[in-house]
Amino acid sequence: MSVAEKITVRVRVNGEPREALVEPRTLLVDFLRENLNLTGTHIGCDTSYCGACTVLLNGRTIKSCTFFAPMADGGEITTVEGLSTNGALHPVQHAFAECHGLQCGYCTPGLLLSTLHLLNKNAKPTDKQIRKAIAGNTCRCTGYQNILKAIRMAAGEMGRR
Amino acid sequence: MYPHPFSYHRAQSLGEATKLLHQLGEESRVIAGGQSLIPLMKMRLAHPSALIDINLIPGLSEIKNENDELRFGALARHNDIEICEHTAAIPILHDCAAGIADVQVRNQGTIGGSLAEADPSGDWAATLLTLETSVVCTGSPGERLVKLEDFFKDAFTTVLEREELVREVIVQKPPKNSGGAYLAFKRSAPVYATASAAVQLTLEGKDTCKDIRIVLGCVGLTAIRAKQAETELRSQRIGEQTIERAAEAAREAAEPQSDMRGTADYKRALVAALVKRAIAIALRRARGERVEAGHEYVGR
Repeated sequence: MSVAEKITVRVRVNGEPREALVEPRTLLVDFLRENLNLTGTHIGCDTSYCGACTVLLNGRTIKSCTFFAPMADGGEITTVEGLSTNGALHPVQHAFAECHGLQCGYCTPGLLLSTLHLLNKNAKPTDKQIRKAIAGNTCRCTGYQNILKAIRMAAGEMGRR
Repeated sequence: MYPHPFSYHRAQSLGEATKLLHQLGEESRVIAGGQSLIPLMKMRLAHPSALIDINLIPGLSEIKNENDELRFGALARHNDIEICEHTAAIPILHDCAAGIADVQVRNQGTIGGSLAEADPSGDWAATLLTLETSVVCTGSPGERLVKLEDFFKDAFTTVLEREELVREVIVQKPPKNSGGAYLAFKRSAPVYATASAAVQLTLEGKDTCKDIRIVLGCVGLTAIRAKQAETELRSQRIGEQTIERAAEAAREAAEPQSDMRGTADYKRALVAALVKRAIAIALRRARGERVEAGHEYVGR
């Protein structure tokens, strides 16, 4: 096998089976953006720091810039595109919009998925738990206070459903 | 940022992984969580020609609680260890696991990968060196048990043979009157610590130190056991003066380099402060108190 030989990566993204033929060194974030045309997942620092590229793989958040696409083969991925249903915002998205939990929006896809991951495991997080849960997501606009408010609101709304 | 091209192979068993390491030759490497290896590859500081993915090998992520020991499968993720009830009984392990980088990295990074990578700034080496820890290494000649203090040779270098990998990490449970703490100081969650200190001490009575281990992280080519600092406390009453002397000895034992995280002098001062605090927390825990500790950064 020559080193650059392409391989097929098959995954389920937001419930849909998707596949593409890629070089093994393809990063998961580029696989999503370039091969599957899902550009909601952002590339921020590209060094595993900022968390803009956060997606759920098999129910757990990962930084998709620090993950090779073939390692996800056979896996289940959720990106920001999978959050809304029939055009209706997910409660987490709605809370971010309501509380001004974003300004430029670049970090938002990652923060939404980190929030979802937190609330899936812990329906009533304390402020300290919220801070810990988003420590891997950098936002350079908001100063985080409104993000905290949004996550508290999302927890309340998801609890009521 | 893209690494050099490589071929990708999935191993379904440890036997297959070692066979692939043999077949694919010297430039092939095993990938577990990849949270150290992938950044190194993206910066082109590592350029394997082939990656052998062991993430789907069954049974390699288990954490077993057996009599006197905890056994961590090589693929136990930091996050699995953080939330594991068995680990909660040994607070120093929880301190370490719960503070490594951020949630996303802890979901992916593994204990076996962290030890095998032997990054001088890694958290597990310093933590586990305060306990009786052994590494089960498996390869073509068979299995061998290596004591953790014999496992690290240099920065990014272990005793693992080329066709050998970590299967399991075995940690002896400390005695009842023992307590430990791991403290790491970092600028923000996702970065490596500037310096860290791990302390595990066993009490005789209320305040006499029967035995102690003090290990420093991020301030040398490998984690450093501060033996003189231990001597200052062993068989002594633990008080302000003995703690002060131990911290001073730890400062001497550190071999930091100036870099973007701080000057060598700054790191020595930091080590002394961390050791002092870690001893105080370990002491309270040894007496049965519940105390929070772990990684510290702004906004925590």
